Amino acid sequence: MNKLIRFIPLILFFALGIVLFRGLSLNPTALPSALIGKSFPEFSLATVKDSANIVTKADLKSGIKLVNVWGTWCPSCRVEHSYLLELAKSKRFTLYGLNYNDERELAQQWLTRLGDPYQFSAVDEQGKLSMNLGVYAAPETFVVDDLGIIRKRFAGPLDERVWRREFEPLIIQIENERKQRGE
Amino acid sequence: MFNKLALLIVLLLCSLTAYASPVDTYEFKDEVTKIRFNALTKELRCPKCQNQNLADSNSPIAADLRREVYELLQQGKADIEIVDFMVNRYGDFVLYRPRVSSLTYILWFGPALLLLFGVIIVVLIIRRRAIPEAEQALSVEQKNQLDNILKDKE
Repeated sequence: MNKLIRFIPLILFFALGIVLFRGLSLNPTALPSALIGKSFPEFSLATVKDSANIVTKADLKSGIKLVNVWGTWCPSCRVEHSYLLELAKSKRFTLYGLNYNDERELAQQWLTRLGDPYQFSAVDEQGKLSMNLGVYAAPETFVVDDLGIIRKRFAGPLDERVWRREFEPLIIQIENERKQRGE
Repeated sequence: MFNKLALLIVLLLCSLTAYASPVDTYEFKDEVTKIRFNALTKELRCPKCQNQNLADSNSPIAADLRREVYELLQQGKADIEIVDFMVNRYGDFVLYRPRVSSLTYILWFGPALLLLFGVIIVVLIIRRRAIPEAEQALSVEQKNQLDNILKDKE
């Protein structure tokens, strides 16, 4: 018994060491979203291409939707843009943009010069929709299912690897759920 | 001469400290609202910059959130409603003072438990050391044994 007590500090030391070592490899910027499982918030915003064209939640098509938050001021958005153009070709989901904290003219130039992967890009001048989505930086990508429920929030640029690891399984899952409902 | 020097030192000590905090020009309807605004922006964490509160941060999102806090205050919302608004969007992460829930029990009660644990150990050690005198005294039999041993040595 006494011998065991002598080893308690050593055991505690190793336990703490393991916990702290694990902490080194965690990503502190990966925050859980408070919105998973909630309905996509209502909005009424103009689009990048036409300030007179007001889009609302009703303008989102049925089926799986990806909502990508972007801005011309954001270098990572530039990085992921070519991959977004790839994704836009898919028939499994539709891609929408949310232009965040940006200037309309710059955003228009961006889409003309680099190509426009989005069905439409809403301009969030007041930052209200982004706030309701819990967005705090760009790029961020949300997955919204057939029923309008937010299923995922991903912060950071998209590429093939991220897509296969983070998105592909979820898209397949949502497609299976749709089959189960018999649609 | 000495008086002037003393005065200079006093004046230097009174000089204002410069803060590099963002300056917003919000007009408050009364002093209480202003105090509440300052308290809330100090309690809420900037989601982007992680180690700054809303009041200290210069990031665009912090400015947006400060404006939102201001607008909610103007609408006459209670502090708890404003905090709920933020938590519903950004999660418990935005709170510098986490709420008491099953997830945070260890955070809130861990230190008290550790203290209790320490106190128990200290009490055990002290009690073990303080063995009463009476028990230490030798019985008649033991005394005879001791006498015999000592005799043998001689």
